[in-house]
Amino acid sequence: MSDLRDLYQEVILDHSKRPRNFHAMAAANRRAEGYNPLCGDRETVYLELEGDVLRDVSFQGAGCAISTASASMMTESVKGKTRAEADALFARFHELITGKGEPQAGPELGKLAVFSGVREYPVRVKCATLPWHTLKAALQGEAEPVSTEAEGPPAESGGA
Amino acid sequence: MSAVPIADSRGAPGTAYDVEAIRRDFPILATKVYGKPLVYLDNAASAQKPQQVIDAEREVYERCYANIHRGVHWLSVHATDAYDAAREKARRFVNARETGEIIFVRGTTEAVNLVAQTYGRAHVGAGDEVLITGLEHHSNIVPWQLLCEEKGARLTVAPIDDAGAVDPAALERLLTPRTKLVSVAHLSNALGTVLPIRRIAEIAHARGVPVFVDGAQAAPRMPVDVQEIDCDFYAFSSHKVYGPTGVGVLYGKAALLDAMPPYQGGGDMIRSVTFEKTTFNALPYKFEAGTPNIAGGIAFGAALDYVTAIGLDRVAAHEHDLLAYATGQLEAIDGLRIVGTAREKAGVLSFVLDGVHPHDIGTVLDREGVAIRTGHHCAQPVMDRYGLPATARASFGLYNTRAEVDALAAAIRKVIGMFR
Repeated sequence: MSDLRDLYQEVILDHSKRPRNFHAMAAANRRAEGYNPLCGDRETVYLELEGDVLRDVSFQGAGCAISTASASMMTESVKGKTRAEADALFARFHELITGKGEPQAGPELGKLAVFSGVREYPVRVKCATLPWHTLKAALQGEAEPVSTEAEGPPAESGGA
Repeated sequence: MSAVPIADSRGAPGTAYDVEAIRRDFPILATKVYGKPLVYLDNAASAQKPQQVIDAEREVYERCYANIHRGVHWLSVHATDAYDAAREKARRFVNARETGEIIFVRGTTEAVNLVAQTYGRAHVGAGDEVLITGLEHHSNIVPWQLLCEEKGARLTVAPIDDAGAVDPAALERLLTPRTKLVSVAHLSNALGTVLPIRRIAEIAHARGVPVFVDGAQAAPRMPVDVQEIDCDFYAFSSHKVYGPTGVGVLYGKAALLDAMPPYQGGGDMIRSVTFEKTTFNALPYKFEAGTPNIAGGIAFGAALDYVTAIGLDRVAAHEHDLLAYATGQLEAIDGLRIVGTAREKAGVLSFVLDGVHPHDIGTVLDREGVAIRTGHHCAQPVMDRYGLPATARASFGLYNTRAEVDALAAAIRKVIGMFR
């Protein structure tokens, strides 16, 4: 059994209480909205894309501690990276929080390794990936809000 | 079927409510979650099952299982008798006039869809209106929306006030000559508000408009008398009344049901079939096409026996005490706000915590063994009404205790310690 502190690590709590890059961006040339119906989380990711480089990234919205911290740390991690590097980072991050066996963070994940505890909480995977899916949508220039519905166990859509 | 007797003082009038004896009937309540005793406070989503219900379902398959209403053989006759007996138990449970008024369905959701697709399609036309309230569960919104879309009709919504109550006068103002049906919850799953459905039925009937009542949350929590309410339809689900999933009841006044077109076509709902014409069976079978959930239906009857033996009035009093106690305990927590403060409430307590998202509350409580629901509770319009993305919701059952409320309060304090 994993301890709650493995999920809610200090770094995560810190970012959820004081999210970084938490503002709208006037200079943004890409923008996407993400929605997680399970939590009711809504996040907007703003992106200033310069050629192939994510010059600046910010976000706004209301979400649970995991999704807010994930968004905050994502903006820090991908700033200045190329699209390909950001995609690769998401792939590694996704593997970290959904993979089987011992989590292998690897140096390229950097601070994002604190999310390794999420794998013990399958219903929370969507919270951590919401900002990443939203960033991806912003990069692809998708107009429709993205949902995390394809991720993990079915989200709340029925029941009482 | 051999009935499992309900032992000792649980149901005896005049005796104390023996919650410990009741708890012993529910094997799952002995479960440990992450090494901690399970505190199950998600009864509004689904209730746990007593041994009597588990045994009843198993015994059907072990002793008297066959298809019903079909065979001349011994097993079929016995299975049919047991299934019919369950229908009689359901009739008594809501005090319907006759068993023909008790349609077995998969659950409350199917009951709403059945009425929307039969009564609704026959009576709601272009420009007509279906009136609901602002605190309905999605299952009492979407079937009407589908109907209105198909017919070019309009869904109108009686507002809820800040406390989460529905003022019958506000509902009355929305009744127009185009209103063809009023559909309201008896008890709100998101806020715990008890609606004045008797008054609502009176108001609607004064205009000649029939009333559908979604009783999914009320049926396990208070005595229901459809004749006293004088509603035209009443629906509830077995799984919330401590019975199996996949069974539920649609009550309808016989005259209305008789005049309604059938819902689904198939076996059991017909009297005779030729390629030229089919004549339909009598009530309730006209609305029950195909082989039903036989064992589930019989076990549902056992669940109704179980709660009836305890007494719904006693269950209501017990849950009222828990709700009042929990309200006091939670209100004392700094930064906690109860959502839904109507004067008439039952069994359901929704709340939010300053600075902590409900989903995080749910995860921390879970690690303390406390099972609650977090999210929009399939009532997104209610959440929108309060400008909330979600709430945390504790909902009580007949087996919950004050000590479990204390465990809930202690776990919430742990959440605060972690996030502040």
